[in-house]
Amino acid sequence: MAQLICQNLTLGYDAKIVLSGLNFSVNKGDFLCIIGENGSGKTTLMKTLLGLIQPLDGTITLGDDLRANEIGYLPQQTFVQRDFPASVEEIVLSGCQGRCGLRPFYAKEEKQRAAHNMARMDITDLKKRCYRELSGGQQQRVLLARALCATQKLLLLDEPVSGLDPKVTLELYHLIEHINRHEGISIIMISHDIAAAVKYASHILYVGKTLFFGTKADYLQSDIAARFAPTEGGEPV
Amino acid sequence: MTALFDTLADYLRYPFVQHALIVGVLISLCSSILGVTLVLKRFSFIGDGLSHVAFGAMAIAAVAGVTNEMLIVLPVTIICAILLLCTGQNARLKGDASIAMLSVSALAIGYLLMNLFPNSGSVSGDVCTTLFGATSILTLTKTDVWLCVTLSIIVILVFVLLYNKIFAITFDESFAKTTGTRVGIYNLILAAIIAVIIVLAMNLVGSLLISALVIFPALSAMRVCRNFKSVTICSACLSVCCSSLGILISILASTPVGSTIVAVDIAAFAVFSLVGRCRSGR
Repeated sequence: MAQLICQNLTLGYDAKIVLSGLNFSVNKGDFLCIIGENGSGKTTLMKTLLGLIQPLDGTITLGDDLRANEIGYLPQQTFVQRDFPASVEEIVLSGCQGRCGLRPFYAKEEKQRAAHNMARMDITDLKKRCYRELSGGQQQRVLLARALCATQKLLLLDEPVSGLDPKVTLELYHLIEHINRHEGISIIMISHDIAAAVKYASHILYVGKTLFFGTKADYLQSDIAARFAPTEGGEPV
Repeated sequence: MTALFDTLADYLRYPFVQHALIVGVLISLCSSILGVTLVLKRFSFIGDGLSHVAFGAMAIAAVAGVTNEMLIVLPVTIICAILLLCTGQNARLKGDASIAMLSVSALAIGYLLMNLFPNSGSVSGDVCTTLFGATSILTLTKTDVWLCVTLSIIVILVFVLLYNKIFAITFDESFAKTTGTRVGIYNLILAAIIAVIIVLAMNLVGSLLISALVIFPALSAMRVCRNFKSVTICSACLSVCCSSLGILISILASTPVGSTIVAVDIAAFAVFSLVGRCRSGR
């Protein structure tokens, strides 16, 4: 059974409809890339998937033993976070908060989990460092480690590489690819980077005036791909 | 110098000085640990806004002739705090605008009521006392002290128990929500304890200077410390030291308590900024 099925979804704020008639599903191990122009509703879709806003119509069904609080999330950086005095360790550990329930403090198991995920993201040597002193790429790794603390199954990434230089971007993509291929964690990623979307994704969801959902191969055959072609010199595989 | 210490030792024997010190230390401790969260959530001005609300509520209580003001002031302030903090980041009126609006309205209406229905000889004296704290911290009764001790213990306990959750919702509210933390409830609790602290702190520095107790220790600590835990601890220690020092100076030099404490806080901020700058320049 699919991990996430969206049927006939209508999204928006208050009564203003941003997107409607959306149908797609994510199976275990999929890498779904959501692409589309600015303002087409990608971030609204992500927030709806996370349960931060309610869909106006349609249903989101979670399957395959996935619970709503087991979705990891890498947000776009917010204003507050940029000068937040927190150590890397504190931030990664906060990813385990959902497991604590009403328990006030972290147990040994959660601390191990945080340590494991820091090692996975290769940031163990940064763990005492202050978050605001790190480079953009390092900060994204910290937030990725935090997201991995929250999930074993599905990761949602909201423009993970925006503002990063090409080298760091490539490294981050490789990390994400590794998590997806070798650890079987499904990925839903919003991206402006069509070249990367085509390169790494297994499925593509295009949102805009027309909607498209299908495998990468189907997408490359479609009219949308022709109109919305990569512009950044990436080479579609 | 010895003469100075002798006078100090002399004063310290009086119960009113002891009371002032106990209350001062507790209130500055509570307000500074919460201050870290408030500053980071961009709610620095909530202290100011809520204290004006408390001032307005106090005026209403005085006009209505309620003997125990706390019965009106505390609930009204808590409700306003909840309204301000829990509208969240998507509200139509952004945090700063709604705080500013609430703050001036409460101040205006409170002052208006005090003038329309004066129940003591000097209206301006009353107003000055509530706004600047005046000497009321030196005239605390035993009941006041016990009330303050109890409420402070509750606030500190709640803070320690919710520490990790407060960190999570301060750093990233959306993420905390998606991982199943009940952000709404914790914001509510946070708002309530902030309101309690502010009502308590009005005794100490008065409603105009409360912001100082909330933001200065946190900001000073952030100049120097690099993680959330050390910022919180440093801010608490600093605030306790500054307030004790402020109270002692004000007794020795017979200056107003509230403004002396704030002056010490400002000096500490200057020192910490300097230290922070030297460190990062290294």
